[in-house]
Amino acid sequence: MKEDLDTYCQKTWCPGCPDFLILEALKKAVLTLVEKGTAKENIVFTTGIGCHGKTFDYLNLNSFYCLHGRSLPVSQGIKLANPDLKVIDIVGDGDMYNEGMSHLIHAAKRNSDITVLVYDNRNFALTVSQFTATSPKGFKGSSSPEGNIEEPLNPLELVLAAGGTFIARGYALKIDQIKDLIVQAVEHKGFSFLEILQPCITFFDNRQFYQERIYELKDHDQSSKEKALAKIREWDYKNGQGVKIPLGVFYKIEKPSYNELADVRRPTF
Amino acid sequence: MLKDYSILIGGEAGQGSRVAGLIIAKLFNHLGYHIYIYEDYQSLIRGGHNFSQIRAAENGFQSRKEKDDFLLALDERTLNLHKKNLSEKGIIIFNSDKIDARAVRGTAQGIGLPIQTIAKEMGGIPIMANTALIAAFAKVIGIEWDVLEQVFKKEIKKAIDLNLKIAKRAYELSQNLLKIAEVGPPPTTLLLTGNEATALGMVKAGLALYFAYPMTPATSILNYLARHENDFKSGVIQPEDEISVVNMALGASFAGAKSAVGTSGGGFALMVEALSLAGQSETPILIIESQRAGPSTGMPTYNLQGDLNFVLSAGHGDFPRFVIAPGDAEQCLSYSGLALNLAWKYQTPVILLLDKDVSENTFTVNESILAMLKPEKPLLWNKKGDYKRYKITKNGISPLAFPGEKDAIIKATSYEHDEFGITDESEGVEKMQEKRLRKFGTMEKEVEKLPAIKVYGNKKANKAIVAWGITKGAAIEAAENLGIKLIQPIIIEPFPKRQMARALKGVKKLVSVEINASGQMAKVLEQNGIKVDGKILKYNGRPFLAKEIKEKLKNLL
Repeated sequence: MKEDLDTYCQKTWCPGCPDFLILEALKKAVLTLVEKGTAKENIVFTTGIGCHGKTFDYLNLNSFYCLHGRSLPVSQGIKLANPDLKVIDIVGDGDMYNEGMSHLIHAAKRNSDITVLVYDNRNFALTVSQFTATSPKGFKGSSSPEGNIEEPLNPLELVLAAGGTFIARGYALKIDQIKDLIVQAVEHKGFSFLEILQPCITFFDNRQFYQERIYELKDHDQSSKEKALAKIREWDYKNGQGVKIPLGVFYKIEKPSYNELADVRRPTF
Repeated sequence: MLKDYSILIGGEAGQGSRVAGLIIAKLFNHLGYHIYIYEDYQSLIRGGHNFSQIRAAENGFQSRKEKDDFLLALDERTLNLHKKNLSEKGIIIFNSDKIDARAVRGTAQGIGLPIQTIAKEMGGIPIMANTALIAAFAKVIGIEWDVLEQVFKKEIKKAIDLNLKIAKRAYELSQNLLKIAEVGPPPTTLLLTGNEATALGMVKAGLALYFAYPMTPATSILNYLARHENDFKSGVIQPEDEISVVNMALGASFAGAKSAVGTSGGGFALMVEALSLAGQSETPILIIESQRAGPSTGMPTYNLQGDLNFVLSAGHGDFPRFVIAPGDAEQCLSYSGLALNLAWKYQTPVILLLDKDVSENTFTVNESILAMLKPEKPLLWNKKGDYKRYKITKNGISPLAFPGEKDAIIKATSYEHDEFGITDESEGVEKMQEKRLRKFGTMEKEVEKLPAIKVYGNKKANKAIVAWGITKGAAIEAAENLGIKLIQPIIIEPFPKRQMARALKGVKKLVSVEINASGQMAKVLEQNGIKVDGKILKYNGRPFLAKEIKEKLKNLL
């Protein structure tokens, strides 16, 4: 079974890139979902364009390698056409928070029954490092040699405001945590959002920054929007000293999904 | 002489002249006439000036008659704007609650009726003044009360008893001036706008999901499908923007649902990146592009055939596409069904290019077409061996499978790829490009077997005009009148070279007639090695009258 999930394609991520770890976590999550009864042929993933997107070539599952920023609409179209499918949308930060932001807001707003995994390395890496919406102020990339002058945005706060019903954050170096969060996200009915903090070891190696600050959410009331917001606001994606970065599920509520409400015709073939 | 009438009904937006016009058209249709309704309205909700111009003709002309035989004025502005266009024996029926009888005097025979007062006295709401106007007009043209009652009962769904009471009162107060002859049983009782016909054609061809963001003049496809969602069982989705619209549709097609999208030029511009994705990933999609006057926001409720060159070349990179431009509702019905089936047969984008007047005007449609439209099955995987989404084949078409299929991994991609779908940037990629080129070759052959070009008028004439989309309607009238040939290209890409050569046999002089500023069809013809001797262009947003084409042709032919 395990070999089944690999393709013949040679991997071209930088040696040591955490993308390899997320891929392992993803494969484990798929195997867990299959063990729990989801047919493998009913799992579909989509990707945008960026380092994360190469997952398309490496993971042997039904998939659509979409345009930069536009994978969310494709995922929602897949789910509308065949509600039996579990759709996992793999995106990058530049992909989702820059080019495709409006789709993220609307997919969360309508509580579309899809799962979004953001590989957030906080820069455009595949184009040799420019700042994205989550790059900290002062980030020195190839288009901002003197330092980025924009403040970053907090994507979790945005998705909470837009209406997402499952909001979580993980750390790429914690394979088992990521795996568990992916499984929970996919099993959630409605729009599930998992932000994965991913050090970019070539252009933005913030492993130490994260390791000094991350901690697991404990005894947190996932059904409270206010408490979720307070926890989400503990870290605003800036480079502050003394801040802590909570990981885990911030928010999870039950609400009819868009796909339960949209009564649409099934495929004809 | 063939019977041929023009009735103009107008008023402010919100007065209901469009619906009233449709009922009048149905009255004439009941008497055996073909119908064409030209809709003219502005981009506003209340006030302004809207009118419908109904052509009721024995021979089915689909263009505006140059002079109106009847003018039905709900407000004074309608009267003032259109009375100069009344024929010599024309009759005005007007709303005397809003128009002083003195305004009518001296210009033509006029009958004024206080239609608003009648509606009010009978206990109706203001919009029911239209009912009174229709009834008054029916009496003038000698339509029996029974016929009027029958048509009202069929067309009015709400408060029919009250409407009939109002109609009866107005009918009594009005007077009879002439008798419109019954010319036989109705040729067809199906009256559709191009957009309604397009929607129906897609539904008949198995439309599973329709995605759209509202944009004039394509919006009524969205509204029509949404209104009939339960009867048609085609899902209707309104996403956040046109980019989402087209990408959602591609996702749905990838998962096996026949999907289509609809928009106008500006919305299509936003879809262009994904058009190229459809080409690269070989994902079937039908895109309806209903042109309106551009560039940019242009004149949203007026027409120009200005997007032909755009849709033919839109998208980065080389990929095959169909471009199909029907010219009336009947053609919309049959070609939209064909277009959806072609998208799936060839797994490539098909653009159905309409224009504002084809989309929103009303036409009589041959009902028998409905039964001829069927969902065709695309080439499906035979479930043997390893599934390869982009299998290299002789005709360029690779068998389809959809997620959920056991023992198959289905990979669709925006990158250049190998047969399985894995990214490929090796020098061997030419093989995949050539596969898609062979597919275009197969499409070219298919087009020659389809009715890609229609010829009207004097088929032996050595003078011909080319007209497409709505321009075809007035061009037929001009061609028949002058005894020349009219060629209407319907499938424009792949260009039907052989059919066009046949249509041009013996033609010594060719003129292209279009409503745009540069002659876009003429350019297409010239690109295909066809010499165009002249162009007749109009670009004020309104379609041609036959007379305008005739006069300009005299100088050119």
